[in-house]
Amino acid sequence: MNIAVAIDGSDNALRAVEHAIMLVRHLPDAELEFLHVVDYNKAKDDYLLSQNPEGLALKREQKIHPATELAKSKGVEAKMTILKGNPSAEIIKHVNKEEVQQLIIGSRGLNTFQEMILGSVSHKVMKHVNCPVTIVK
Amino acid sequence: MHTIKQQWFGNIRADLLAGIVVGLALIPEALAFAFIAGVDPRVALYASFVMAVVIAFAGGRPAMVSAATGAMALVIVSLVANHGLEYLLAATILTGIIQIFLGLFGVANLMRFIPNSVMLGFLNALGIMIFLAQMPYLIGGNAATYIFAIITLALVYVIPRFIKAIPAPLIAIVVMTIIAIISGASMQTIGDLGTMPDTLPVFLFPDIPLTLETLKIILPYSLALAVVGLLESLLTAQVLDDMTDTPSNKNKEARGQGVANIFTGFLGGMAGCALIGQSVINVKSGGRGRLSTFTAGVFLMFLILVLGDLVAIIPMPVLVGIMIMVSATTFNWSSFKFLKQAPKSESFVMLATVAIILYTSNLAIGVVVGVILSSLIFVAKVSRVSVTKKGQAFHVKGPLFFASTTKFIKAFDDVNAKEITINFADSQLWDESAVGAIIKVQQKLEQNGTTVHIKGLNASSEQLYHQLI
Repeated sequence: MNIAVAIDGSDNALRAVEHAIMLVRHLPDAELEFLHVVDYNKAKDDYLLSQNPEGLALKREQKIHPATELAKSKGVEAKMTILKGNPSAEIIKHVNKEEVQQLIIGSRGLNTFQEMILGSVSHKVMKHVNCPVTIVK
Repeated sequence: MHTIKQQWFGNIRADLLAGIVVGLALIPEALAFAFIAGVDPRVALYASFVMAVVIAFAGGRPAMVSAATGAMALVIVSLVANHGLEYLLAATILTGIIQIFLGLFGVANLMRFIPNSVMLGFLNALGIMIFLAQMPYLIGGNAATYIFAIITLALVYVIPRFIKAIPAPLIAIVVMTIIAIISGASMQTIGDLGTMPDTLPVFLFPDIPLTLETLKIILPYSLALAVVGLLESLLTAQVLDDMTDTPSNKNKEARGQGVANIFTGFLGGMAGCALIGQSVINVKSGGRGRLSTFTAGVFLMFLILVLGDLVAIIPMPVLVGIMIMVSATTFNWSSFKFLKQAPKSESFVMLATVAIILYTSNLAIGVVVGVILSSLIFVAKVSRVSVTKKGQAFHVKGPLFFASTTKFIKAFDDVNAKEITINFADSQLWDESAVGAIIKVQQKLEQNGTTVHIKGLNASSEQLYHQLI
C-alpha cells in the first residue's frame, strides 16, 4: 500500500506526517511518500524574500526538513516528491497518476472568509482524488 | 538549453492559449501605462505589440512577457511633459543601444550585487507610484466615478474564484462598460483622453534634431530606462527560471531587451521591459515557449485593430479600478513580514530605497543609492575585527582590509611588553592596507623596544604578505 502525505511546512502538515508515520508502522507493506508543491502564486514573493537562488533553496528545504527528520527519527523510510504549480491541482494530478492508495493532508484551519478568497486545498483535493483521504486537524 | 525549434514549437497548443490570455491581459495595463506616461494609448499599445513580438525572437528567456510597463512609464513622465513624444521615441532607441552594450559587457553578472532589500524597495515604490498615478482620475470625480472604480476593484478579486480561463480584469471591463452604457452614468472614457490606433505601426525615424543638445536631453532618461528595464527583466527571468526549472541566458536577454527597444522606438512605441505579473500569468496558463509571447503580441494588436472603437468607450474609472489591483499586486505585501524578520540593516535599505524613489520620483536613482547603501553596510558588517590579549599573545579575529585596519592598529596602542606575538589564525589579510597595518604596528612597537612575532597567517595571507614586502 502506498501512502502519500502532503506537506507545506505548517504545523498542521507536521501533524499529518505524524499520523502517516503511525499508519506506516502498523501496515507491514506500506510505503510512505511526502508530497510538497512549490506554489506558483508565491513564486515571486518567495524569490524576493530570499537573497539569491541558494537562499531560496534553503528556505524550501526548511519547509520539508521537519517532516523528513521526523520520519528518520522514527525509522520510517519516505520518498520525497517535489512538484511545482497550483498546490491542489498538482496533488490531485500526482495522486491519481501514481495511484496512491491513501492520501493524508493537514487542514489549514482557515475561516469562512479566507476559504472564499483562498480556497481550501484539502477540500478541493478531497473532492477530486480517487482514493481515501484523511484530513488531519 | 533547448534547441531553437523546441523553444518555438515544443509546446504549441498551450503556448497559443497562454499567449491569447496574456494578450488580453496586456491591453488594460498598456492603456493605463500610456496615461501614466502622458502619451496616447497608441504609443503604449504599439510598444506592447512590438516588444512582445521582437523579444520572442531576440530574448534569452522563453515565455517571459515584455511590453509597455509601469516602471518604464514612470521614468519618462517628465521627458514627455517637457519635450514631447519624438524625444521619447529617440530615448527609447538609445535605451536599446545602451542595453545591448550592457548585455555584451555581461551586465547580468551584476545582478548578484543587487540585494533583495533593494528589489523589494523598488517594487514597493513602483506599486505606490502606480497607485498614486491613478488618483487624478478618481479624486474630484462624481459619485459614479467612485462607485465604478470600487465595483471594478471588487470584481477583479472575486471573479477568479469562479472563472479562471479568462483574465478577471477583462471580464470586469466588459461588464462594467456595459453597465455604464446602460445606466447612462456620465464618466470620462478612454476615448475622451486619447485616440486608439487603427493601423499597424509604421517605421519612422524620430523627428528630432541630431545634435549634442538632443543627446544631453535624452541620455539621462535612456540610462535610467536601461537600468530600470534590465532590473525588472532580469528579476522576472530569475523568477521564471525557478518556476519552470529551466535555465536562461540573462546576458542574451539583456541584449534582446535592447533589440526590442530599438524596434519599439522606430515603430512609434515607448520603452518597455519584462512584466513580472504577466510573465507569471503566462507560465501559469501553460506558456513555456517563444510562441507564447509572440502570440500575445500579435493577438493584442489584432484585438486593438478590430475592437479599437469599443476600447475607446471604456470608462476611465473602470481602468482605474483595474490599475489599483495592479498596484496592489506589484506592492509586495510580505514586505511587512520582511521588516519584522530581516536584519535591521536590510529593512533600512528597503525603506530607504522606497523613500528615495518616492522623493525623487526616479526609480533608477533609488536602486543605485540602495545598492550603494547595502554595499557600505555589508563592508561595515564584515569589517568587524577584534584583538584579544592573553598574556603576551594577541589574537586577531576577523578580516583585515581597508575598512578594518584602523581598529586593528588601535588595539596595540598601550603595549609596552618586551616581546609579543600576534596570531592571525582567525584572520585573513585582504589587501595592501592589511599588510601596511601590520608593518605599522611592528615599526611602532619596535621603536618602543618591543619585539613582535607574527604567526598563524594562512596560506593566501602569507603569500600576499611576502608578495608586498
